[in-house]
Amino acid sequence: MSETAEPEVVAPAPPMLHGVPLSDSHGQRVLHPTRAAYLKLVRTLLDETYTMCADLTAVDYLTFPGRALPAGVVAERFEVVVNLLSIERRERIRLRVQVPPDDATIATLFDLYPGSEAMEREVFDMFGISFTDHPDLTRILMPEDWEGHPLRKDYDQGRIPVQFSTDFAAKERAQ
Amino acid sequence: MTDRAVEDVAVQDILSTIRGGNEPEQGLKPRSELTARELLREVGAVLRMSEAEAAKLGDLPLDPADDQTMIINMGPQHPSTHGVLRLMLELQGETVLRCKPIIGYLHTGMEKQGENLTYMQGGTNVTRMDYLSPLNNELVFSMATEKLLGIDGDIPERAVWMRMLLSELNRMSSHLLFMATNGMDLGAVGMMIYGWREREQVLRFFQKVTGLRMNHNFIRPGGVAADLPAGWRDDVLHLLEMIPPRLEEYDTLMTGQPIWRDRLQGVGVITQAEAIALGATGPILRSTGLEWDLRRDQPYLHYDEMEFDVIVGTYGDAFDRYAIRLNEIRESIRIVHQILDRMPGGDYRIQNKKVTPPPRARIDESMEALIHHFKIFTEGFKVPEGEVYVAIESPRGEIGCYIVSDGSATPYRLHVRAPSFVNIQCLPHMMRGGLVADAVAVISSVDPVLGEVDR
Amino acid sequence: MGLVHDIQGDGLGGIPHNAITAKVEDLVNWARSRSSWPASFGLACCAIEMMATGGAHYDISRFGMEVFRASPRQADIMIVAGRVSQKMAPVLRQVYDQMMEPKWVISMGVCASSGGMFNNYAIVQGVDQIVPVDVYAPGCPPTPETLIHAIETLHSKIESGELLKRRAATGAGAGLHVTEIERGAQPIPVILGSR
Repeated sequence: MSETAEPEVVAPAPPMLHGVPLSDSHGQRVLHPTRAAYLKLVRTLLDETYTMCADLTAVDYLTFPGRALPAGVVAERFEVVVNLLSIERRERIRLRVQVPPDDATIATLFDLYPGSEAMEREVFDMFGISFTDHPDLTRILMPEDWEGHPLRKDYDQGRIPVQFSTDFAAKERAQ
Repeated sequence: MTDRAVEDVAVQDILSTIRGGNEPEQGLKPRSELTARELLREVGAVLRMSEAEAAKLGDLPLDPADDQTMIINMGPQHPSTHGVLRLMLELQGETVLRCKPIIGYLHTGMEKQGENLTYMQGGTNVTRMDYLSPLNNELVFSMATEKLLGIDGDIPERAVWMRMLLSELNRMSSHLLFMATNGMDLGAVGMMIYGWREREQVLRFFQKVTGLRMNHNFIRPGGVAADLPAGWRDDVLHLLEMIPPRLEEYDTLMTGQPIWRDRLQGVGVITQAEAIALGATGPILRSTGLEWDLRRDQPYLHYDEMEFDVIVGTYGDAFDRYAIRLNEIRESIRIVHQILDRMPGGDYRIQNKKVTPPPRARIDESMEALIHHFKIFTEGFKVPEGEVYVAIESPRGEIGCYIVSDGSATPYRLHVRAPSFVNIQCLPHMMRGGLVADAVAVISSVDPVLGEVDR
Repeated sequence: MGLVHDIQGDGLGGIPHNAITAKVEDLVNWARSRSSWPASFGLACCAIEMMATGGAHYDISRFGMEVFRASPRQADIMIVAGRVSQKMAPVLRQVYDQMMEPKWVISMGVCASSGGMFNNYAIVQGVDQIVPVDVYAPGCPPTPETLIHAIETLHSKIESGELLKRRAATGAGAGLHVTEIERGAQPIPVILGSR
């Protein structure tokens, strides 16, 4: 192995939009705001004709920490993914916000998009991410005394092993 | 333990679940427990007005005493709720003041299950979400997978046209079911029989092509699972000739009829701004007058080459939504005529060895084909890392599929943006100020499918 | 058919005596099997096939079952059509308890029979964990023909009286003995019958 120091390669700064790193995913634009910049960015996009919140969901990257992110974005365990739609421009844009597991809270979009109420409740139910100032943060899909957040990666699917046996004679004897 | 003691324990378990299983926290809270701010926030957010402005609306008694209102529970088992939807209504007399839908009674853990199924098996899972238009679910899942694989531009023409044909026929069968259930909910019980009569013919065609009447798992990443059978043109033509005169019959039975109009016109009104704020898509959004149809505005497959009209309403009420769906059947018939004329020959799935298993006959002849088949169906094919969101127009609105792949053979995260899940949020707004007898009409006009609401 | 002059010769004499001296139990079972009303418990995709069975092509009205009673108090058969989630399980039990004896349960589809393809945290792996099931109808979803086969199987068992005899012999369909429940906020399920 060579002993010479390798020249430092500085990654080019990622393209920015509204002060937030922008990347491209299969032809779709993706913005990566921090939690602090999230609400302000969404307000800006709302004024820019992105009037419909098509989808709000989350991903638990516990077992896939090495996913591709633009430079400068700090990867956390959870990501809240918001898909916005501009009807006027016929365009979509996606936001991916990193949320750490020990402080799993993020601002609510309810006041900007009332339609995000049920979607945020689902994220709370399935992942345990809280939305500050959400009008009704309760479980929506699971019974309310359910323990655990099913879509987290450390939550088992709950599969009951089914044992098949075609040895009917043995089953007869066992009965 | 004696048998009786065991049984007693078992009964106690069941009874304790019954006691605990009423979900009071998820239900509608009585007025005495809510602050004025909380009450107004719900209304104000949808109408995009501040709380002060909402307080001045004056269309409903703002602060009736607690003993003047009654909270009733509808469902989850109820003949008119299109599945296991539970509604809690706060009534003052017959007027609905507030409404809260409580869902989750059909939650199946499909998104979690999808993380353990390969992309070839994923269709079986996704198809059972919106079980009235299963081919659309499979289509959006396959399109998302193909985009991640990078083969979305290489799907053979015949496969694309077959997908369009099946998708439009599915739209027809879903809207015919809407006609049937809408009619029955509003009292035209005979509509149930008529709607199912036509739908039966479409399902028989599906059985001929895909092998199953419902939940087909036919549209797979790379194309479709099998070719169209011989004589399919005659079957489709038979459908296209049979249905239009029957739609005229529905017009006679329902559209012009005074009882029908009185029950639906002016019921469940929503404005365009409110619908967009709530994220409603599909016939609900189009009933407000906005011409938003993903087949026209963000076309996929070959819809940009098809000639069809996007039906819009004017008043945003339940009658508009009924009329939109009735005419969307006619538009689908138009599209299917064009597909019949233009269906090309060729492969029905991409000739990419990675995603396409070999033809069944080859398995007997060649060891490589056998291994190839085995690997695809047991291990699955690996999809490169990435994330993608693809949306298409299902009969209920925009259905989207968000897949995150970590490079393995199963999705890392599979999320389906279900149109009914978002459309149900319109229910409180549509029912507010209406009569309790109209609640059923409103739910029926939203046409939710609880399978995709709860997933 | 003219006037009956001699009842012994023309009228009753022409009828085999068995028709008059049959057991009331057989008559009751015959009537029950031909007029069993289902409680509407359609949950998911199987509910659509159940409705198709009620439609014109398959027509369970032939078997006296086209009235899906909304109220479980008026229903005889509960066809559990679809997947039962954890949240729905108590509701299922409550509806079953509200039905009057004699009652039967058909578990329609693989999700109701065994959890189906959804072997996970959210779905009860078979409704027989909650209610006693008499007939299982497999399929995903079962075609209307399969459902009719299941219904006819149940009808033949009702007609032969086998199911009710078994319950009388063993004491209860599911073997559940309900003990006294203390007064509380929850309604007490009322179970009439030989338990």
